[in-house]
Amino acid sequence: MSKVHVVTSVNGEPREMLCEPQQSLLEVLRDELGMTGTKEGCATGDCGACSVMIDGRLVCSCLMLGVEAQGVDITTIEGIAEGSTLHPVQRKFLEHAALQCGICTPGFIVATKALLDRNPDPDETTIRYWLAGNLCRCTGYDKIIRAVQDAAAELAHEA
Amino acid sequence: MAEARDYRAIGTRPVRPDGVDKVTGRANFGADMNLPNMIHGKVLRSPHAHARIKSIDGSRALEMPGVYAVISGADFPSGAEGEISGEGGGTVSDLAMNIMARDKALYHGHAVAAVAAKTAFLAETALELIDVEYEVLPPVLDVDVAMEPGATLVDENQHTRGNESAGPSNIAAITKFERGDPEAGFAEADVVVEGDYRVPTAHQGYIEPHACTATLDEQGRATVWCCTQGHFDVRSMTAGVLGKSVGEIKVIPSEIGGGFGGKTVIYLEPLAVKLSELTGRPVKMVMSREEVFRATGPTSASHCKIKVGAKRDGTITAATAWMAYEAGAYPGAPVGPGCMSVFAPYDLENFRIEGFDVLVNKPKAAAYRAPGAPQSMHAMESAMDELARRIGMDPIDLRLKNCADEGTQAPYGPVYPPIGIRKCLEAAKVHPNYTTPKAEGTGRGIAAGFWFNIGMQSSAEVRLSEDGTVTVMEGSPDIGGSRASMCLMAAETLGVPYDVVRAHIGDTESTGFCNVTGGSRTTFATGLAVVQACEDIIAECKKRAAATWDIDADQVDWTEGEAIPKPGVNIDVQPLSLADIAGSMGRTGGPILGRASLNAQGAGAGFSVNFADVNVDQETGKVDILSFTAIQDAGTAIHPSYVEGQMQGGAVQGLGWALNEEYIYDDNGVMENAGFLDYRVPVASDMPMIDTQIIEVPNPSHPYGVRGVGETPIVAPLAVTSNAVSDALGFRISDLPLSPPRVLAAIDAHEED
Repeated sequence: MSKVHVVTSVNGEPREMLCEPQQSLLEVLRDELGMTGTKEGCATGDCGACSVMIDGRLVCSCLMLGVEAQGVDITTIEGIAEGSTLHPVQRKFLEHAALQCGICTPGFIVATKALLDRNPDPDETTIRYWLAGNLCRCTGYDKIIRAVQDAAAELAHEA
Repeated sequence: MAEARDYRAIGTRPVRPDGVDKVTGRANFGADMNLPNMIHGKVLRSPHAHARIKSIDGSRALEMPGVYAVISGADFPSGAEGEISGEGGGTVSDLAMNIMARDKALYHGHAVAAVAAKTAFLAETALELIDVEYEVLPPVLDVDVAMEPGATLVDENQHTRGNESAGPSNIAAITKFERGDPEAGFAEADVVVEGDYRVPTAHQGYIEPHACTATLDEQGRATVWCCTQGHFDVRSMTAGVLGKSVGEIKVIPSEIGGGFGGKTVIYLEPLAVKLSELTGRPVKMVMSREEVFRATGPTSASHCKIKVGAKRDGTITAATAWMAYEAGAYPGAPVGPGCMSVFAPYDLENFRIEGFDVLVNKPKAAAYRAPGAPQSMHAMESAMDELARRIGMDPIDLRLKNCADEGTQAPYGPVYPPIGIRKCLEAAKVHPNYTTPKAEGTGRGIAAGFWFNIGMQSSAEVRLSEDGTVTVMEGSPDIGGSRASMCLMAAETLGVPYDVVRAHIGDTESTGFCNVTGGSRTTFATGLAVVQACEDIIAECKKRAAATWDIDADQVDWTEGEAIPKPGVNIDVQPLSLADIAGSMGRTGGPILGRASLNAQGAGAGFSVNFADVNVDQETGKVDILSFTAIQDAGTAIHPSYVEGQMQGGAVQGLGWALNEEYIYDDNGVMENAGFLDYRVPVASDMPMIDTQIIEVPNPSHPYGVRGVGETPIVAPLAVTSNAVSDALGFRISDLPLSPPRVLAAIDAHEED
């Protein structure tokens, strides 16, 4: 099987990659580009650990083929901080102890940023339903929800 | 004895040392390891729950370009001997056969062969070209059926331990203990309740699948990178399966994406080492989610019968428990701890407990958070609720009436040191969530939880840098913030700020032996080693200060992070801080480091009381958790946010088990819901906030009063949910999960009666 040449943008930088036709975007990010911050928990779109944004939309990268990334803008966990400054969502996850093992955390942070980008003032129910596609087995979600609420409040204050 | 007191560092809530790496994606987990020239391994798994393996032929797979090796049971030494050290126990022989089947496949998903190929995709494709001839046998799939005389045998050579002359049996072991005269106790009772309770198989559900990468060098020395709760135990288990010595294997732990007991055992590591040996290349193996469900240890399904008798005033006069747990394909269901925990919160004069460890054709059970206790205590705490109803007593008052205290002989033997069950019950009684009446039409349930906690072996080394920063090196994988706890205890002991302390998890060759992060032992036992290693540093710092001042070391005190002359020692000197001493250590005697190694005793039992309000939708049978309150004795909360996190996370795991989670098998023993879509763990929109209240009854066996907190939280929510749903419905559903189909069927059946 010959590989397919794909031109895309990852975290604002143009990237070229060679994908096998059956490789998911998750596999391409991790295995071809060496960006292992995006995690695999299920490879069936059920756990959200592989969440990325494609042109600003939240997507499970395990459910998209690498070859489908031609010409899109991909945002991964590696692109959430601005230079050496953590994004407020990242900082609030730390301050609220909203992670225990940390395997689901990249997916939650990408999903939260996608939420706050489109809805800067979500109520608790909205947050819980938006994040229902991201599984966390450690925290029971309580501290995650509080971190998201606090990040939203801080971003609103900054705006 | 430790008493509650004012601390500088302990009890604060700083950001964890490994936090930034985990919110930026930099932290390396099990599947993130890549090496030059690396190839990929995949496992061929049995399509039958019970089958004799007549032949395995990998020649067609090996002909495929890019396929480097095929292995099966024949490639591993037979007759492995010895017991597995560490938390779970069991034999090396069973472990070896569970990792790679020999003459029989004992469950659907049992590994029968493995392949190494250039890519994971190629390896998976090659699996289809391995030819295995099976003789399919009937499976035995239910604990009650497996116990019947004449049942299909999982293992024709399995005898009940201690009764080897009686012929083979699926019952691998029987646990029994008894105190007083239960029959006389029941005769004295005014009220006797009896019940029959079933809890299904549940999986730990860690989000990170098992993963490892292994190399074997030309001298036969292996290096293994993997996600594990205990790399020293991975080393000994891998050595045991391969017939190697531990000195030939180095294990480097990655970050670990959840374990909950399920990563205290191994599945892939010996296969990866063997494939590396055959190919001369590093081999990476990562499980799929489906493999995790089908082939790694869930916890046992159980059947428990409870009988409790009491006087009208609530005094329990007798109790009996009978419980049978599914071990899966090899002995080792957590029925022993199930028996030991079932009556643990209570002071009972007369009781009898019997437990059965039963083989079935399902994956071998592995530890899952307080292994065995959720099942048996679901039964007992449900029975207590029935008893409270029958005698018209508040369920908290009934538990207070029979509550164990310091000095009570625990049902499992020892006399309790200070414990927190009474304080948890008293706190629940006055908690605003309990004193507020439940809403019309809803149900409220309460239950107690318990876990022993363990000590076991730990080591730690603490090193000073020239600028006074402190490095803690220990060997307990950080699964939920333990680096932060180690840094807090080191900062407290040394009297320095938290942010000058760093904590590192060393590999098997860079730090001393530590048992698994399990049994809620890490903050207690490894924390104890860290505290002792810091005390070692302080002793050396006092010597350096004494030499500088030309006085004896016993004339020096260590206060607030500084060496000062003791009161009455008349010399005119400035105190020397840790940084001062570190800055000059090259001139005062060389590098300063402290070390400690121990086998920790006195872990201190952890008790909890949880309660919840629920709504049951009469049309659909769906149960909604409206509020949940977790109260638990933490001894001393080192980092309260992570203690709360354990309580909240354990509560939601318990609620998932109570509400939805179960392994669903077809008649052939094939799990029908081996994915997160159908094995439904709680998601954010299923849950309310989880209110927590930490009780602190310091553990006298730890300098800061720590007792383990990680496991107790999963225990109570099962019965809390059952009791709340019973309250809402007006009748009891004894079996879990309380999923919509079961609840709806029960409502329909009840209406027909």
